[in-house]
Amino acid sequence: MSIEARGIHKCFGDFTALRDVNLAVKEGELVALLGPSGSGKTTLLRIVAGLELPDRGSVLFDGEDATARSARDRRVGFVFQHYALFRHMTVFENVAFGLRVRPRRERPSERGIRAQVSELLELVQLGALGGRLPSQLSGGQRQRVALARALAVRPRVLLLDEPFGALDSRVRKDLRRWLRRIHEELAITSVFVTHDQEEALELADRVVVMDHGRIEQVGTPEQVYHEPASRFVYEFLGDVNVFHARLEDGPARVWVRPHLLDVSREASERGARAVVERVHAAGPTVRVELRTEAGERIQAELTQEQHAQLALARAEAVWVRPRAGRTFAPAEDYAI
Amino acid sequence: MAASRSVLPGFGITLGCTLAYLSLLVLIPLAGLFWKSASLGGAEFLAAVASPRALAAYRLSFGASFAAALVNAGFGLVLAWVLVRYRFPGRGIVDALVDLPFALPTAVAGITLTALFAKNGWLGQWLEPLGIFVAYTPLGVTVALVFIGIPFVVRTVQPVLEDLEPEIEEAAASLGASRFHTFRRVLFPAVWPALVTGFALAFARSVGEYGSVVFISGNMPLRTEIAPLLIVTELEQWNYAGATAIAAVLLVISFGLLLGINGLQRYGARRLAGGRAA
Repeated sequence: MSIEARGIHKCFGDFTALRDVNLAVKEGELVALLGPSGSGKTTLLRIVAGLELPDRGSVLFDGEDATARSARDRRVGFVFQHYALFRHMTVFENVAFGLRVRPRRERPSERGIRAQVSELLELVQLGALGGRLPSQLSGGQRQRVALARALAVRPRVLLLDEPFGALDSRVRKDLRRWLRRIHEELAITSVFVTHDQEEALELADRVVVMDHGRIEQVGTPEQVYHEPASRFVYEFLGDVNVFHARLEDGPARVWVRPHLLDVSREASERGARAVVERVHAAGPTVRVELRTEAGERIQAELTQEQHAQLALARAEAVWVRPRAGRTFAPAEDYAI
Repeated sequence: MAASRSVLPGFGITLGCTLAYLSLLVLIPLAGLFWKSASLGGAEFLAAVASPRALAAYRLSFGASFAAALVNAGFGLVLAWVLVRYRFPGRGIVDALVDLPFALPTAVAGITLTALFAKNGWLGQWLEPLGIFVAYTPLGVTVALVFIGIPFVVRTVQPVLEDLEPEIEEAAASLGASRFHTFRRVLFPAVWPALVTGFALAFARSVGEYGSVVFISGNMPLRTEIAPLLIVTELEQWNYAGATAIAAVLLVISFGLLLGINGLQRYGARRLAGGRAA
């Protein structure tokens, strides 16, 4: 089912969480709402779910206005960051909950419920743990129960609020790929909220970058990464260095990603002098922390091969030169 | 049992202090009570504790206490819910009002209630024409006990409600549960052990309550005389042994009931306990 948010505006007291936000999610898409805390991403998700009411604006499902519909009538599966499992119920009963609370004539038989729940528990790879209480599961398992519970009502839309936020990085990566597979299997329109750019870029079909209650950019992971619409997007999607440079039309600031920075011992016309402060060589790439003559801290990223050739030492003076960089309109520069 | 080596130190000394303290303040006086009542012979004892007057007093004491605790369990839950879930002007005042029955001398409460519900009182003058007689009836006893018991349920349920994340209600709603289902299947199972504890405390307090009841009940033997009052009456007639005998019966019944209620509460809490670490 497609989702559309039109002119959503929401304040909490003096704080404006969303400023006239418009967003369309296509049928079957997996969309990430990405932004720092306080950017309004969770509020937007909760408004789509019907857990929060917008001050202005409307939410449409398949083109039909659902703003006035309550959460229980929207048939939306919602997964919470801290799982929100019913702790007095077993895993099985948690998943069965959505089926058991249906009005009698729509409720499946006890056997039907058993079959559906078992199928879902298999899907989330927890088939053997139906009899456990949530407290007896690990974080990753709990989140899978939460997902199975949300899927049990056959939702038309799946919404996930920082689904991996409370998990450690290893489990997170596994679950991420697993969620992608489930999404492909079920082809259900899904929106998830995250503040982790890696997660958004890896998992989503499209990424919605938000800041201060506004949408900064909507695009595929490639688009938002390679063609950022604003300085904020560029900075939020990865590490970045800022240089003060003199371009044709006067002094300007240039944003350069660490991996687009060359480090060498030879002087170069368009480079800047810098001193090596630290070298982190453990990992697939080598990160080098430098300090320019102007006292600015910058970061460069080298391949292991480059690092082996250069053999940089601490406190060594080198030249750094950007291979590519970006400028943003000055007005925007000073906006923040 | 004392573990031979434990990370938590001081088991021996704290248990020792606890037992000494309990003995001094609870067990020794209670033992004295039973000792005194034992000075009666078997037949005399039975006559004292099973007289029609005594039986009527037990019935009223336990019946009214049970009814009052039940009323408090219902309204206390609602009160606690409102205090925990909503922010409204005057919330602090309502919160403080809940504790007032603790602070007010019970006699003052009793006199106030009597004045309110008497034939010419503010409430009594409207209720009596309707055939509802509160003052000097078992209903009046119950009203006084409800007043006394308010804080117990509210204060035991409140922390548990505060501990429940609003998200579990949202989760239930998004799964299609009605408010009724959410309450019955999600909230109530989490709250009921605390509710039972609150009920037990309110009940226990009510069984022993004296001050607020004597004014509103009218103390008519066989009709509106509560057991604690009967004990005092016996004492005033220098019948110490008879008084202690009734007290002993009261004590044994109360203890048995509380033990049962606490067992029920522990059963429920154990079912929930694991979730705490979530």
